[in-house]
Amino acid sequence: MATMTQSGKPADAIGLAPAAPIELDGITHNYGSRLALDKLSFRVREAEIFGLLGPNGSGKTTLFRILSTLMIPTGGAARIQGFDAGREPNRVRQRIGIVFQSRSVDVKLTAAENLKHQGHLYGLRGAHLQQRIAEVLERVGLLDRADDRVESLSGGQQRRVELAKGLIHAPSVLLLDEPSTGLDPGARRDLWQYLRTLRDQQGVTVLVTTHLMEEAEHCDRVAILSKGKLVALGSPAELKAKIGGDVVTFEAAGPEQAAQLAAEIRNRFGAAGTVLGSTVRVERDRGHRFLTEVVEAFPRRVESVSVARPSLEDVFIDCTGHRFWTEDAQPDPAGGKNKRGEY
Amino acid sequence: MATVAAAAPQAKTASSPGIWTPAYSLWLREIVRFYRQKARVAGVIATPLLFWIVLGSGFAYSFHSSSGSGSYLAYFFPGSVVMIVLFTAIFSMMSLISDRNEGFLLSVLAAPVNRSAIVLGKVLGGATLAAIQGVIFLAFAPLVGDHPGAGAVLLSILAIVLISFELTALGFAIAWPMDSPQAFHAIVNLLLLPLWMLSGALFPADRASGWLAWLMRLNPLSYGVDALRNALFPAEHTLFPLDVNLGITAAFCVLVFAASWAIVNRRTHKPAA
Repeated sequence: MATMTQSGKPADAIGLAPAAPIELDGITHNYGSRLALDKLSFRVREAEIFGLLGPNGSGKTTLFRILSTLMIPTGGAARIQGFDAGREPNRVRQRIGIVFQSRSVDVKLTAAENLKHQGHLYGLRGAHLQQRIAEVLERVGLLDRADDRVESLSGGQQRRVELAKGLIHAPSVLLLDEPSTGLDPGARRDLWQYLRTLRDQQGVTVLVTTHLMEEAEHCDRVAILSKGKLVALGSPAELKAKIGGDVVTFEAAGPEQAAQLAAEIRNRFGAAGTVLGSTVRVERDRGHRFLTEVVEAFPRRVESVSVARPSLEDVFIDCTGHRFWTEDAQPDPAGGKNKRGEY
Repeated sequence: MATVAAAAPQAKTASSPGIWTPAYSLWLREIVRFYRQKARVAGVIATPLLFWIVLGSGFAYSFHSSSGSGSYLAYFFPGSVVMIVLFTAIFSMMSLISDRNEGFLLSVLAAPVNRSAIVLGKVLGGATLAAIQGVIFLAFAPLVGDHPGAGAVLLSILAIVLISFELTALGFAIAWPMDSPQAFHAIVNLLLLPLWMLSGALFPADRASGWLAWLMRLNPLSYGVDALRNALFPAEHTLFPLDVNLGITAAFCVLVFAASWAIVNRRTHKPAA
């Protein structure tokens, strides 16, 4: 994909097959002895909103750092439009816009001054830069606050300045780390609407990290990470379709009874269930019928029941065998120990 | 062939920003941030003035300079200028740590900017503030009976600029790997303040005991203080002549700047910020 020609440009620059906006090739990273990413490989398509879903400690923060050229992976390669993030960081940096989770704007400067500074870092100047500043501020709805210091803006408005900052150089790939943090529901809706507009009108490829299932539902495709490994990849609908049918949950009196119930369900109905604490979770077509059969067969073993269409959380449980939130979330050594930003 | 060319993706050939535009932008930010924090402006001007008058007057009774005008306040004057410069350099490089912790530095590091532009912008920003304050303090020279001519003032300004740059670059090299202001303070107390105390700012090297005198000769800041003394009080006895002092100070500027540059350019698998 990223075969280099003699001029040092990737193949796409001379009109061959275009390089993927983001391509991971066996990315591995360890912090000392702890493996944070384990041979991760996937490709993000042109002009899609791609979600990186995983609980804390799943490695998505590490991956975000590598993609934003702030860390060199210990193994494998991450390529952005054919350029290696570790080897040619400046070429990658010109192509990506980044919205960090932590605040990166200078609150003592005005919104316009922040954007002017950011533009300078990307080689923009003069009238062209002024025009870009007005454009991006207009897009995030802050044109009337351009000359206000960022410290006087609300939290949601500050996030919008961050977004404007990431877009000032018109990147073709936009990376956002937990973009909904600190946004109220209305602001979240606006953000997603805006990301869709970017995708549709300007063909921008968007990568979003999130630990929120409902956020991931907005994405065109989702990669689910668990303990540094890719456990699932596809559109939310595809992933849920893999589960097949409904998710039926039986609550037993306790964990032992749940294990017993699971065994009996397997013997009687041939359905493999997952035991999570005192519940048994079974994926089954026509869940409501199955539910009735089980309750009738073991009336005293079931405390309560539920049936639902599968969610992305069910996909996660299906792939990993454990719950999204009860994973023994290890503190991220790089983020936690050094106190270098929350992201 | 034409269709192949047309299929090429939109080449957003954002030109490389070079060194000067990003460096200028970072420099400007330092200046703007400074004057928007009024307490900083007041503190940095008032503190050395207070220090100079109180400490200088106090020492004047117990310590008499054998040479020149004989007034300790006059002897202490170049050292006071260097102290202002030191304070400002330290304060402005502390901002590097808050830039890192707040996340501002992340967006700079993730931009296609040559690392030397980051060092240059940040160091020049701090050095400008330090130098301006040092130069303003020169206006008090007549209070100690010194009336430098235009040439002496220009030489003094040159010395102040060089000292500002070397101290700010030194502060940069120290602050860059740090993530807590407390740790930086520890280094300030352990290294930077002794550097100033043993620079001839408080007492001359030729009066100090043997090992102390040698320490003072090894101290690069001694040459800056000495240069300033040469320029302001040409009659005073100093360790070295002006050109040697300025030369060594300039060489140290290059050295610490190169050190900062090397520290920033380290290739590592650890998080950049």
